[in-house]
Amino acid sequence: MREMLKMIIVLTVLCSFSGGLLAALRNETMEKIENQQLEFVKGPAIRNILKGSSNDPIADRFKIKVGETEKSFFVGKFDGKAEAVVFESTGKGFGGDFGIMLGVNVTDDKIIGIGVTTHSETPGIGSRAQTDPRFAAQFKGLLLADDFKVKSEGGQVDAISGATVTSKGVAGAVTDAAKIYTSLKPQLAEKLMGFK
Amino acid sequence: MAKSVTQEFTKGLWAEIPPFRLVLGLCPVLAVTKTVENAIGMGVAVIFVLVGSNVLVSMLRKIIPSKVRIACFIIVVATFVTVVELLMQAYTYPLFLKLGIFIPLIVVNCILLGRAEAFAYKNGIIPSFADGLGLGIGFTMSLTALAAIREVLGSGTFYGTQVFGPSFQPFNFMVEAPGAFVCLGLMLCVMNTIGKK
Repeated sequence: MREMLKMIIVLTVLCSFSGGLLAALRNETMEKIENQQLEFVKGPAIRNILKGSSNDPIADRFKIKVGETEKSFFVGKFDGKAEAVVFESTGKGFGGDFGIMLGVNVTDDKIIGIGVTTHSETPGIGSRAQTDPRFAAQFKGLLLADDFKVKSEGGQVDAISGATVTSKGVAGAVTDAAKIYTSLKPQLAEKLMGFK
Repeated sequence: MAKSVTQEFTKGLWAEIPPFRLVLGLCPVLAVTKTVENAIGMGVAVIFVLVGSNVLVSMLRKIIPSKVRIACFIIVVATFVTVVELLMQAYTYPLFLKLGIFIPLIVVNCILLGRAEAFAYKNGIIPSFADGLGLGIGFTMSLTALAAIREVLGSGTFYGTQVFGPSFQPFNFMVEAPGAFVCLGLMLCVMNTIGKK
């Protein structure tokens, strides 16, 4: 009986001590880890979209609640005016969900650029959505308002040959982004005022 | 235990060098030795966890009841591994991306549980510290040696810098999984030949 009690006490104390320690460490490092993830996973795409901006878009970010979750928006300043925001949207690809970053100019609602961040598409085929700059470039300058579809479905997006599913997924993600953008536009404009 | 602390330390460097003599913890040995950088990163993580868990287990060895000792060891090891994982994410994120799943998998590395059970649970704090440090450094050295061979032959680089001229054709086989097995096998063969007198 005494031995049993000892086992229970030792395990409980050890577990709670370790749990407490890890929780404390997690709290300590959470912000740093988030910054690192932004820098290395989404950072390249964000910086590519906002090429030539005068500020650091990763430092100048804000969050808006969308439904249950909080969405991060990255601000790009051009000629001293904060008029570009970049945010994330997700789509369904051939190998699973993927994420895109989409930059939009809030004064004329036109897309500045898109970039695929995380994906699990087939290397060399679907992955070209991330690596081929021509695919991403065709979104540039389009009005972020309507539905985006691939050309075979009567839309405006030139699909990557051999990767129709991926291309459709990207078009879907941009459509989602348009919906988010339209519904949040007043809030976005207000927030951007703060960066001027 | 009549052995001195120095002996406990140096045995991990040659006589009981983990992957080659004990043939333990082969999963990361095969998986992360594509480049020297990854190997050293993994090695440092293992040194930290091994020293930490050895010292802690040795400190607690009088309190831990023997019937639940394995569970206690695992808690200690898992705590240290999670600490390493969080710190790596916070400070060396690119390395964390490369090592990925193999950092959390240190928990199930047999070296850690093996040392806790076979050494730290029966010995004092200072010998346990020396044992952990020695084996950890031995493990890192083996990983680095293997990675050096694989990286030089497989990608023509050493720690990211080119070692051969532009005419070098990388021997791709070496950086893939079968190359790891072949390379490890040959290393074991060499080690056994040297060890046999």
